[in-house]
Amino acid sequence: MKHNARNITNQEFFYGHKACGGCGESLAVRLAMKVLGERTFAALPAGCMSAVSFIYPNMAFTNNAIITPFASTGAVAAGMSAGLRALGIEDTHTIGFAGDGGTADIGIQALSGAIDRNDDIIYICNDNEAYMNTGIQKSGLTPFGTKTTTSPAGENLPGSITMKKNMFEIVAAHDIAYAATASVGYLEDFMNKIEKAKNTKGTSYIHVFAPCPTGWGHESNITIDLAKQAVDCGLWYLAEYEDGEFKLNRNPKEFSSVEDYLKVQGRFKHLKDEHIEVIKAHRDKKWEKMRKRWL
Amino acid sequence: MKKFISGNDAVAEGVRLAKPHVISAYPITPQTIAVERLSEMVEDGSLKAEYMHVESEHSALAAAMGVSSVGARAFTATSSQGLLYMAECLPYASGARMPIVMMNANRALATPWNIYGDQMDSAMLLNSGWLQVYVEDAQEALDMMIQAYKIAEDSRVLAPVMVNLDGFVLTHTYELVEIPEQTKVDEFLPPINMTEQVMRLEDPKSLCISAGNDFNMEFKIKQEKDLHASRSVIKEVDKSFGDSFGRYYNGMVDTYMLEDAEAVLVTTGSVTGTARIVVDKMRAQGKKVGVLKLRYIRPFPEDEIRDLLKGKKRIGVIDKNISFGYEGTFFTNVNSALLSLENAPESYNFVGGLGGRDITKDNIEEAFNTLLNADKIDKVNYMNVRCDL
Amino acid sequence: MNRPKVKKWQEPGNVDAYPIGATCPSDHLVSINAGWRTYKPVIDQDKCVMCLRCFLVCPDGVIDKSEEQLTIDYDYCKGCGVCAHECKPKCIEMVKEDK
Repeated sequence: MKHNARNITNQEFFYGHKACGGCGESLAVRLAMKVLGERTFAALPAGCMSAVSFIYPNMAFTNNAIITPFASTGAVAAGMSAGLRALGIEDTHTIGFAGDGGTADIGIQALSGAIDRNDDIIYICNDNEAYMNTGIQKSGLTPFGTKTTTSPAGENLPGSITMKKNMFEIVAAHDIAYAATASVGYLEDFMNKIEKAKNTKGTSYIHVFAPCPTGWGHESNITIDLAKQAVDCGLWYLAEYEDGEFKLNRNPKEFSSVEDYLKVQGRFKHLKDEHIEVIKAHRDKKWEKMRKRWL
Repeated sequence: MKKFISGNDAVAEGVRLAKPHVISAYPITPQTIAVERLSEMVEDGSLKAEYMHVESEHSALAAAMGVSSVGARAFTATSSQGLLYMAECLPYASGARMPIVMMNANRALATPWNIYGDQMDSAMLLNSGWLQVYVEDAQEALDMMIQAYKIAEDSRVLAPVMVNLDGFVLTHTYELVEIPEQTKVDEFLPPINMTEQVMRLEDPKSLCISAGNDFNMEFKIKQEKDLHASRSVIKEVDKSFGDSFGRYYNGMVDTYMLEDAEAVLVTTGSVTGTARIVVDKMRAQGKKVGVLKLRYIRPFPEDEIRDLLKGKKRIGVIDKNISFGYEGTFFTNVNSALLSLENAPESYNFVGGLGGRDITKDNIEEAFNTLLNADKIDKVNYMNVRCDL
Repeated sequence: MNRPKVKKWQEPGNVDAYPIGATCPSDHLVSINAGWRTYKPVIDQDKCVMCLRCFLVCPDGVIDKSEEQLTIDYDYCKGCGVCAHECKPKCIEMVKEDK
């Protein structure tokens, strides 16, 4: 069943939250909940989404939802799934929505354990490339050359100097039942991947690229546009790991302009040509590998 | 049926009888045998539970919270480094009012590294909002695993319970233990039935929410009120357990030859058993000694302590822990309870057992004799040390 | 318009009336987000072709597609402008709020 704006439900399951206007992550959560429906139990660690949805007495989820300790999305979701199963409650979905930290850094241990046990959960990584909730600090998913509050750009350093942690391949290396990368710039693709995850027995993981106007320093109205540009210029990619095989979903003949993507974001304003060359070279090296092995 | 089993085995038997839905525990000496036995029971079908091989203690308690959050019965077990690794999850679970039961094998904390029993681990977490009970022998350990769920799941309590066993001296020593029949336990402990602080399809809730400086304090005061209210439930459950199974533990504290004692040792855990034997020996010599066993440290049995120690001449509180920079933790707690007594007994601290150092019958006799005879006693006295201090 | 609605809520008068645990019923909104806006989206219904892209991309889900024409829940619209930017026929205008 292919999802689109027409056939997706009008009902909202994630509404009235206090996220910033134009928040990419909140759209990912909103649409994932629509695909999964009412019988869904959501687990969210410390991060923007939990911070804006559970402020007593304003609750933005209409179905069951819980905030987990920061490191524990994978473990709490696994426990929820096991508990529901033990109580004989069937036809439910357990989904965890975690950000950079909750997935790639502090939360990676619990995620790894969940995949290892093949716990029946869906794990979404909302990737906005920094620890946004605590004030835009560098994370394991912050790309090279990003100005963050703990990797400032100045005379000596161009912002962060490491590349994004390759979470998709780390997760795939566990031989997970299903994993995918996605972007809020390609929403139908994202929703269809949620549907696949929904129908997967065992652990599934979707890594969704979600711009953050506040943290990235861009206009709030171009969130979706930017998320599409990131894919079109090759800095992000749409791929899946299914039945033990990698598959590249989208292979552009020509990349759109990396400079155009970078220049509208305050976090990259300081980049010089030499840094942009590093970014492009890294992109090219990655695409060479993907084109060789994932097509 | 009586079996000759270790403290860890007894915990496993008690948990089996309590029928948790999911077990999520990470092995750590000296708790390992308990979780290994439980995996055997799951394998052979004598325990119908899901056994999650969690990848750390933090995930062990986090998974248990996930289980509890949807209304299922959860169990975990740990010790020492593991307890502190999961430490942030303790107030998390208690604030969320999750009736999780956890066995803690009391063990020393690094550094230096030490795998033997003392109380440094649980003593650090008295403020966590968990009930904390310290068992004296394997029988009490088995019985408390069952009682703990009944207390935790009571609608007046709804709080997690930590059952503490002294590492090695209790977890690994063998006794004859009466193992109750499943049908009798089922009568005593019905299936879990949570409706309030859980996620259910028929009544969707948001759990572990944020409450800002505008509402937080009221949430915490409610939690505190309810933890105090658990005292009466503890006593009720103790009585009804005794009525069903023939073993009573006397509620929040127990006493041995306390009434006319002139020197009292206040104990927790397995050292109580040693103290009872020493009391018998010294009483035979005409010395008026007695023991006050604190079963629960949280909620703290302050009323019982005041009532039972009123008018006593001297007491010694045995701590197998130190709050560095001050004194033994249980000593501080007991003294606070005695503060309002008009003629409070003189109170002294006997710190021993650190890193699994033995507390022998001779050490206990020496402590009693000090209390009975010495003119001046130091506030803090260390038991059984090997060199000058 | 089938969107969650703001509820009238009375805070508990006594500590015992607070929820057990750190809980609250889900689907429980007591305040609106309208005050965040500087600009609000206005749909030109004549030009709108009901492609539903704005409905899909709204991070807050305030555009309702259940009726003949799209409606916007202004209680919860933050004025981010994503809808207007993504609208292909360009029939959503971001209009400055009166205040």
